[in-house]
Amino acid sequence: MNEDLNMLEQTALNEYKYGFVTDIDTDIIPKGLNEDVVTLISKKKNEPEWMLNWRLKAYAHWLKLEEPKWPNVKYPPINYQDIIYYAAPKKKEQLNSLDEVDPELLRTFEKLGISLNEQKRLTGVAVDVVMDSVSIATSFKEQLSEIGVIFCSISEAIQKHPDLVKKHLGSVVPMTDNYFAALNSAVFTDGSFCYIPKGVRCPMELSTYFRINAENSGQFERTLIIAEEESYVSYLEGCTAPMRDENQLHAAVVELVAMKKAEIKYSTVQNWYPGDKDGNGGIYNFVTKRGMCQGEHSKISWTQVETGSAITWKYPSVILKGDYSIGEFYSVAFTNHHQQADTGTKMIHLGKNTRSRIVSKGISAGQSQNSYRGLVRAAKGATNARNYSQCDSLLLGDKCGAHTFPYIEVKNKTAIVEHEATTSKIGEDQLFYCRQRGIDAETAVALIVNGFAKEVMNQLPMEFAIEAQKLLAISMEGSVG
Amino acid sequence: MTNVNYFKDQFEQLQDSGPATAIAELRTDGFNTFNKSGLPTYKLEEWKYTNISSLFDKEYQFANTAPAIQLSDIDAIRLAGHEQANELVFVNGRFIPALSTIRSTASQLVILALEEAAKGKYEQLVKAHLGQSSEYLKDGIHALNTSFIQDGLFLLVPKGQQLTEPVYIYHISDARQQNTLSQPRSLIFVEENAKLQLTETYTTLGTSESFTNEVLEVVVKENAFVEYYKIQHDGLNASQVGSTHIHQIGRSHVHTVVVSLNGGVIRNNLNLVLDAAGNETHLYGLYLLKGKSHVDNHTLVDNKQPNCFSNQLYKGIAGDASTGVFSGRIIVQPDAQKTNAYQSNKNIILSDQATINTKPQLEIFADDVKCSHGCTVGQLDEEALFYLRARGIPKEAAEVLLLEAYAADILVQIKPEPLRNHVAELIYEHLSIS
Repeated sequence: MNEDLNMLEQTALNEYKYGFVTDIDTDIIPKGLNEDVVTLISKKKNEPEWMLNWRLKAYAHWLKLEEPKWPNVKYPPINYQDIIYYAAPKKKEQLNSLDEVDPELLRTFEKLGISLNEQKRLTGVAVDVVMDSVSIATSFKEQLSEIGVIFCSISEAIQKHPDLVKKHLGSVVPMTDNYFAALNSAVFTDGSFCYIPKGVRCPMELSTYFRINAENSGQFERTLIIAEEESYVSYLEGCTAPMRDENQLHAAVVELVAMKKAEIKYSTVQNWYPGDKDGNGGIYNFVTKRGMCQGEHSKISWTQVETGSAITWKYPSVILKGDYSIGEFYSVAFTNHHQQADTGTKMIHLGKNTRSRIVSKGISAGQSQNSYRGLVRAAKGATNARNYSQCDSLLLGDKCGAHTFPYIEVKNKTAIVEHEATTSKIGEDQLFYCRQRGIDAETAVALIVNGFAKEVMNQLPMEFAIEAQKLLAISMEGSVG
Repeated sequence: MTNVNYFKDQFEQLQDSGPATAIAELRTDGFNTFNKSGLPTYKLEEWKYTNISSLFDKEYQFANTAPAIQLSDIDAIRLAGHEQANELVFVNGRFIPALSTIRSTASQLVILALEEAAKGKYEQLVKAHLGQSSEYLKDGIHALNTSFIQDGLFLLVPKGQQLTEPVYIYHISDARQQNTLSQPRSLIFVEENAKLQLTETYTTLGTSESFTNEVLEVVVKENAFVEYYKIQHDGLNASQVGSTHIHQIGRSHVHTVVVSLNGGVIRNNLNLVLDAAGNETHLYGLYLLKGKSHVDNHTLVDNKQPNCFSNQLYKGIAGDASTGVFSGRIIVQPDAQKTNAYQSNKNIILSDQATINTKPQLEIFADDVKCSHGCTVGQLDEEALFYLRARGIPKEAAEVLLLEAYAADILVQIKPEPLRNHVAELIYEHLSIS
């Protein structure tokens, strides 16, 4: 046991590897939030009138709301006037190839092990890089546009495809949805936009790497993915952030719309700066993610690997509106030191014969708190709705906490809902079994944790699975008992 | 709500009527809390699925005048096995010794009015333990009971007394003239090596509305053994919030079964505080709902010390336009290593107008634990139904058969045979009449 404790300590000392600040001139507007700032953001983005009005309406609504207090997380009050709401790298002209990208920026990605060149050449992944709120480069765009797939920044989409944006923006997460969604709607600076036309199976994984850069700049991303009838898309989102002491707020909104027989697979690897081992600094990740299975036989699948952020607070949800639609949620949340996570999902069954599946794996170490919070609702009309939820927690220390708050609401006599949850630590016998076979304690723990998370990891696309495993390993490095 | 003013008047009257005792002080605390929080609304997380504030639009009254209840009224509601039992009667929330029958001797069982116990040799005990539940139940409805502690019950099973006669508590609400609010309050001690079997039932007379807001606090000491049964089979005009707070301060064994059949809006709070190493607790519940019944079972198991074991199984059936709610909360405190805590909630939903809301929660702050919970919502097994019907059993009878079998898991947990048979009959009757 002593050995295990030593290893725990080592893990605690394990510093965030991706902490560095890239030195690029950023074009920022002063701290604070008011109508002028919202208008300024809209102007800087050269947005049409309707977009500005939409933002102002959201801002007006935000003023009426109070910050929610119900989650199982603690943080000092956020001063919303102390945040820079817009920061864009200076380069403004549209880029056609990676050569035009600021070499400093490229080096940043190389440090992260995400070389655009590498990716472009080897993996065939189109990468829409978001560096501090504005898209710098979008690769493979031509290739995608040939088959009619639109993959660009949301700002570009507002300019070039206003009809699509107007129709779908806020249709899944209305600007009035919650405190952070309203804030995001007012000040969002960038994000990704995907449109998959009818019958198209997107030939490559679409991916955005998020990166927070300028000091004190909150990130308010807005992502909108629309999959038309019988289309398919797999979207990857991953993020790392530089080390800093001040807490940063990240309040993104992600909206997915799946039409008849369409499928959207959304995968996230999140490794933002979690704060140091004493709980100073770190990102506040307060995200609203929601998908709408609009048409029959549509499917939305969320997969997430959460290892970063001081506070993770998000519930990727699916509204199963179309008959026979399917919602899935796979999650691994690893918390260490003083990290806090309150995450889970909502599955709202509205249509007939809808199915959903929830697999959530929480791993807590150090003094961290890890909560699963989920809602499964079968409405009156959801005949034959079926849900299976499983959430398991693994405790790797005696000062951490693991909590489960599932909500199940059934109003239909043909619905079947099942939920099960377990909490335990790594079994002594499992460890003993491994060590007896000459596997050292550290490898044994990694092996067991990996096995514990396997069901979720298997859901990730190949390119991501490798990175996710690396991340989990880094998070636990020198670890764990 | 005119009720609030009414409560204020009644409270002042009550405080003026007697001397400033420790209980009167507790009442003042309670009333301050009530004034501050008011009645719980669905905006409170703990009351998300049950709305009782609208019930109070009905203007309940305390029935202060001497109730016209005869012994013959009680004969009609006696439980099976009453011949050997200590029968305690509450009318409109007040313990009435004159209607009660005590069969155990004074050395086996101490029964006093709460006010009396607070004065005599049990003063310290009452002071130390009365009102402990308000640490866990902080809402206005619990405080309302505390504001009106009056004619409560004090029951103590002394050291080493393995009580063979069970204790039956009959709660009678007289709603023949008016809407009645009853607020029974009891404090129960089970001392070292003692054993107690306690059963509560509820009856409303008349057709007006009754609301029972009960608080029962139980303190269990080293090596004691407590069985607690609660049987709710009252009219649809009878609503209640029943809070049972069991504090296991010594290594002991507690076994509870809550059966809810008929009723209006029912909320049961069952708190188990495992405050000594090696405690063992079993919680069982059954709710078979018809009509517009609404039953909400909230359980809380707070593991404060190491090596405790708890097991929960709650099963429910919701038919017609009824609503079943289960919220189970297991807390494992940092010191409670080696805790084993299990929880399971199973539901069958029989109608599209019925609703099941369930919320099993685990909050774990220690690492060396084994905790699990599971819950399901589903229907009767089609294949089992087909099997029975293929053998010539009519659909309705087959359904009753399957539902009875489903309920049997909980029924067998009622250990005394007369009581078990009694409840089995109630269940059969309840399921057969559609």
